[in-house]
This record gives sequence, C-alpha cells and structure tokens, in this order.
Amino acid sequence: MVTRYEDSAQLQQFADRIRFHSIKAMHASRGGHVGGVLSLCELMAVLYGSVMNYDPADPDSPDRDKVVLSKGHCGPALYSALALSGFFPQEELTTLNRNGGRLPSHCDMNKTPGIDMTTGSLGQGASTAAGMALGKKMKKRKGNIFLILGDGELNEGQVWEMAMFAKHHQLDNLIVFVDWNHQQLDGYTSDICRLDNIEGMFSAFGFEAVTVNGHDVDAIRIAVKNVLSDKNGIPKCIVLDTVKGKGWSLTEGKTGIHHIAITDEMMEEAKQEFAEKGVVIE
Amino acid sequence: MKEYATDMRTAMADTLTELCRNDERILWLDSDLMASSGMNKFRSAFPERTINCGIQEANMLGVAAGLSEEGFFPFVHSFAAFASRRIADQIFVSGIYAKQNICIVGSDPGISAGPNGGTHISLEDIGILRSLPGTIILEPCDPVQLKSVLRQIPQRTGVFYLRLMRKSKDQFYPDGTEFPIGKASLIRQGSDITIITCGTVCIKEALKAAEALEEKGIHARVIDMFTIKPLDQAAVLQAASETKAVITLENHNIFNGLGSAVAEVLAENRCSVPFRRLGAPDRAGEVGTADYLMSKFSMDAQAVLAAAAELLP
Repeated sequence: MVTRYEDSAQLQQFADRIRFHSIKAMHASRGGHVGGVLSLCELMAVLYGSVMNYDPADPDSPDRDKVVLSKGHCGPALYSALALSGFFPQEELTTLNRNGGRLPSHCDMNKTPGIDMTTGSLGQGASTAAGMALGKKMKKRKGNIFLILGDGELNEGQVWEMAMFAKHHQLDNLIVFVDWNHQQLDGYTSDICRLDNIEGMFSAFGFEAVTVNGHDVDAIRIAVKNVLSDKNGIPKCIVLDTVKGKGWSLTEGKTGIHHIAITDEMMEEAKQEFAEKGVVIE
Repeated sequence: MKEYATDMRTAMADTLTELCRNDERILWLDSDLMASSGMNKFRSAFPERTINCGIQEANMLGVAAGLSEEGFFPFVHSFAAFASRRIADQIFVSGIYAKQNICIVGSDPGISAGPNGGTHISLEDIGILRSLPGTIILEPCDPVQLKSVLRQIPQRTGVFYLRLMRKSKDQFYPDGTEFPIGKASLIRQGSDITIITCGTVCIKEALKAAEALEEKGIHARVIDMFTIKPLDQAAVLQAASETKAVITLENHNIFNGLGSAVAEVLAENRCSVPFRRLGAPDRAGEVGTADYLMSKFSMDAQAVLAAAAELLP
C-alpha cells in the first residue's frame, strides 16, 4: 500500500526524512554527491509521497508512472524515497556503494528495486525518458515519465536533441524537472557555462515551462498537478529553483559541496539537527 | 558471380516488413537517412512503427533504449561511422549497461564510404563495438545472408551491430541458405592456406585471390566469418590445423577487428601457424573509390596474394 501525504506539513516531514536518510547512506559510504542529493529531496517527497501512481508490490504494472533520474549521481535521494515508500528495506540504504551491493551511487535499473532507468552519463536519461514516454503512447498505456535533469546537465547537447524530439512527438506524458541549484561540479553554472533563463530555453524548444520554488512542497505539488491535468500534446518542464546542499546547515548554500566526505562527527551533527526537525533518528 | 534481384537495403526493408507483420516489437528508427537506408518501403507498410528522429544519433540511440524498456525491439540506423564512433557511450550506458534490446545498423562501412572521405570512413567501428561487453557484431556479405541474420536477431536479446553494404547486389550464396549467428560459413574449401574474411567487398577479393592461387596449384580455403563477435573459434582452429597458413582480410583497420580476434584465438591456443592480418594500417581513411582505397590499404586480392607468397614455403 502506498502512503499518501495530503497534508503539506507531513509532506515536508517526508522530505526531511528522505534528506536525513540520504545523508546517513552517504555517511555509510564515507561521502557522496551531497549537494545535488539534498537539493532534490522536496521533489522526491512530492513524487513518491503525493503525485505518482505506483505500487511497490506491483513494479511491472504497465500503466504506472516512472522516474528517470538523469542526474544519476544523485541516486541516494531516490533510494531514500524508494526505501521509505516500501520498495526495499530502509536498513539497506547504508549499503550504498558497497561491494556486490544493490545501491551504486549512480542509478542502475538492473540492481535496485524501483529504479526505472539506468543513468549516470549525463544527458542520456533525457533520451531514454523520451523513448519510454513515446513507447507508452504507442502502446496506449497510461502513466507519465518524470525526467529529472540537473542544471549543469543542460550543458549536454543530447538534452536539446531530446527537447526537439519530445516536442515533435507531442510527448505530453513527459514531465521534465530541472533541479536548478545554480551550481555544477566546479562552481556556479553562471561562471562555467551560463544558462540564465532555463524556463525560457525549454519554452523556446516548444515545452510549456514554469519555474517554482523547488523547496516548497505545495508549489511543486500544484505545478505537477497542473501539468498532469493538461494533456494537450505539449511536453512539460518544471524548473525547480533550489539551493545546492539544502536543508543541512553544513552544506546549504555553500560552494565546493558537489561531492564531499561525511565524517562520523558530521553525521552526529546531522542526527542532532534532524532530530530537532522532528525526524525520528533510527 | 550472381546478382541478387534487389540490393542489400531493399532486402533488409523486405525482411523487416515481413518480420513486422508477426512481431509487434519491431521498430525502425532512422537519423534523417531513410532515403539512404532504403527503409521508406518499410515506412509505407508500417508508418506507425517508423520513427525518423532527425539528425540526432545520440538521442536516437537513447530513445531506442527507452522504447526497448517499454517492450519494443528497435532497429536504429546511421552511417557506420556515426552509428559507432559518434555514439559509443550511448550504446554502452543506455543500451548495453541498461540491458536493452537494440540492433544498430551501420551502413557503408569502411572504405565503402570512400566518396564521402575520411570523416565518413569507419575503419574502427568493429573495434569500438567489439570492446563493449556482450555485443553481437555481424557483417553479412549478400542479401541471402542478410535476410537469414535479420530473422534471427529479434529472437535473441542484447545489443547488435550490423554492418550493411546497402547498395550491393552481389550474391554469394543460393537463395534460402540459413546462417546461424555465431557459426562461420565455409564459402570455399581448400587445404593449403586459409583466408578468413567477411562482408561483401572482402569476400569478393578473397575469392578472387583464391582463384588466382588455384592457378598456381595452391588450394585456398575461404571462411566467411560474418559473425565477428562472438567468433567461431572452432572454425579458426580447424583452419589452423588443416591448412599451412592463415590470412585475415577485413574492411577495417587491423586493430581490434576480425584479424585481432583471430590472432587472439591462435595465440591462446598455441597455434604457431604462419599468420598475417590484412586491413588498413594505423591511419585514417581518405577520399577515393573503393578500388583505390582497397589497394592503398592492402585490402585487395593483390595484397592477399603477396601475403600468401610470404607465408607459404
């Protein structure tokens, strides 16, 4: 049975739990892509806690919604959402990157229950998601493909090949999220390969695009419900204005946090901080 | 040599159209090369199963992987150079690593793209695909073999790479001959020397060389290794034990292609048979006709005869 959080405070609590478990998982592997993982937690909460149609007991249902996390290095956020939604035991989250384990830092559909597409080479999830969306249409299946791109990932030309393709094939079952956390590995996107107006870029490619606060669960939920109710033959893009490293005082808004080590001391601080937010520290 | 009723690309279009009638999974994806691939004929029969992606090979391969995930078996096409070199990482991550089913058709392989020059000549595509795990690499030499191979592909799983000499009508085998994937085809029997090769242009040159050798009293065996990976090791070892020398001939460079695959088998089985790889040296292609380039890159009958003279006592 899928848990649904209709109350915004509960949904934010779910996001905080995803955030804490992501940190815990990355601590177990001595570090990880902390910045981009933490900027995704509200989106994960809204997808798995509110808007998506899925059933962990029936992963092969042809009509269910699917997620392609094209910024595949942020697997831990998705793994936490999946574990907390019943796809696999929560205890397994601390096996991140372990030899022979099922949770590699980059998403692998053939290893992890609930992962819908293998990703990790940036830009490629865009195309596989478009293919899945087209396949669903060709087979007259219900369900949507939720594609999650990083803002740095928009440097990849393949994303824009996909954008032209999605528009041409009228993939209104493809919902693209851009995690606009303003930074990429080496620094601010504005200093490396300037993007400026992401919403405008997708609009120019023929998408219906909006920008919302990516840490406001209500804003994300309303935006998703709006695009899902509007099946007009136009692919959709929701730009999530986010903060890299969000929700953990050690990382929020900092630079140089794309991939960091998490020491035992940092983990103890995180436990205290998240306990104060009401997260049950297991 | 006989000429088939159609060229290779028409044989492909006819076979896939026929397969499509009974297999709802089959799709054709092209990269603005429908006119080149000859698949407009297929599109007329199955417009809803044809997706012309435009000039975007990387996206095409990814879309194919997504379609495979939804239960389809996509065939995707571009010129061999772009179907391999340009999208190697998409083939690996979205196709192979994600365990999807895709057949990549690379047309005008090797020197057959000669009039388009060095940018379009793929002398390294087999090498790229051969080093990617689990791939099946095929180069049929005539429409009969192509049809047999195409019918087997959707019965299997994984990522396939098929080199297609799209405009050739040369026919080497009787109509209806079947060619199990993974098993070499003995195209000419011989007991003195073996030429292992594949694909239209090289089979033709190998047979030409074999006839010239016959006039000198040398009986040359010609093995059509149309499945380059996985290689029919037994056929290689049998040739090494039954004949006095082995030559490989390929429309590719000599790195990690057919010649390398045969050399690996010989070396690891302690076969000290005199051996020579023929194919392009360590350089890029250049503009020119097929005859000119085959001669320049030591891929023609003359090169085989020269190698045979050196190898045989």
